[in-house]
Amino acid sequence: MSAWTGSTAAAVACYWRHPAFREGLRDTLIVAPGIAAWGLTTGVALANSGLSILEVCIMTLLVFAGSAQFAATPLIISGAPLWIIWATALCVNLRFMVFSAHMRPYMMHMPTPKRVWLSYLLTDVSYVMFTKRYQHPGVDDGQLFDQMAYCKASVFTIWLSWMGSSFVGIALASVIPLSWGLNFAGILALIGITFSLATTKLRILAGGLSGTAAVAAFALPLKLNIVVAIAAAVAMSLVIEHTREAARKRGAST
Amino acid sequence: MQALNSTDVWTLLAIAGLGLITLLTRSFFVLSSSDWKLPNWVQRGLHYAPIAALAAVIVPEVVMYNGELVTTWQDARLFGAAAGATWFFTKGGVLGTIVCGMLVYLPLHLGLGW
Repeated sequence: MSAWTGSTAAAVACYWRHPAFREGLRDTLIVAPGIAAWGLTTGVALANSGLSILEVCIMTLLVFAGSAQFAATPLIISGAPLWIIWATALCVNLRFMVFSAHMRPYMMHMPTPKRVWLSYLLTDVSYVMFTKRYQHPGVDDGQLFDQMAYCKASVFTIWLSWMGSSFVGIALASVIPLSWGLNFAGILALIGITFSLATTKLRILAGGLSGTAAVAAFALPLKLNIVVAIAAAVAMSLVIEHTREAARKRGAST
Repeated sequence: MQALNSTDVWTLLAIAGLGLITLLTRSFFVLSSSDWKLPNWVQRGLHYAPIAALAAVIVPEVVMYNGELVTTWQDARLFGAAAGATWFFTKGGVLGTIVCGMLVYLPLHLGLGW
């Protein structure tokens, strides 16, 4: 245990001096209060869900995916078949598979266990901040190392604020009522990040399309509206991008 | 109310499976070390995935209630989101967006019950 702590401390100290690591810390700390408010309400909600406190703690530590925890917990309480519980979580988590496809070229220089471990910790916020900061994978070892230093800093900050606030929420579950709506701070954090991603007209269009589609398809079971909305918006954006490029080429050739 | 530390094998199995699902979905495309690349059009499409994913999560959280579009303007979330957006486009920054949005949201939500 002490060797593990020692090597982790050494790794943190090594990264700490790295500019990209500090940049990742700084960028992520700005949204950490929103994540913490969200983690707090998740802790309160799960502690009041009917699961025992031990079970809530184990789930918080292992699952590390708020939306899947929210979707699966009522099913566990009602004693639904395991495959339905797992299929629900899988559907809610499908967007993470899109993230991992995107992250692949950034990560392939690392050994498999490191890739898997870092990917497991990569939540929505870290993924979005990372791909916003680094639009293209590094072309040499130095750039790739910088990128992973930034990624680790972001993941580390999110993990700490999520876990810390979740456990505070579990501990204070009887004191903080859900009706305060503190989780809205998490939504506001995501709203801010979304706007900061809206850098081109086509991206704004993709966001608008996806948001509309997610509302229109809300009645789909298992939160499938999210994946359907992403697929529809990405497909539409690609078609428009393709049409524009074809028009530009025609214009250039005449 | 259950005892603090009560549990059973079935629940633990369900939770362990959920953890495994997080691990597998988040690492799905980095699990294999074999040398393959995503087709070009998929790579271009992925540039639109982050904003699409966030919008798909957020928009229903702001404009829907119990699976229906909100039909009243007396909803604190609408004003909170609008205040946050105003801050973002005038001053910029995510932290200001959170603070400004909550300063509008909380009084409306707790004070007026919207």
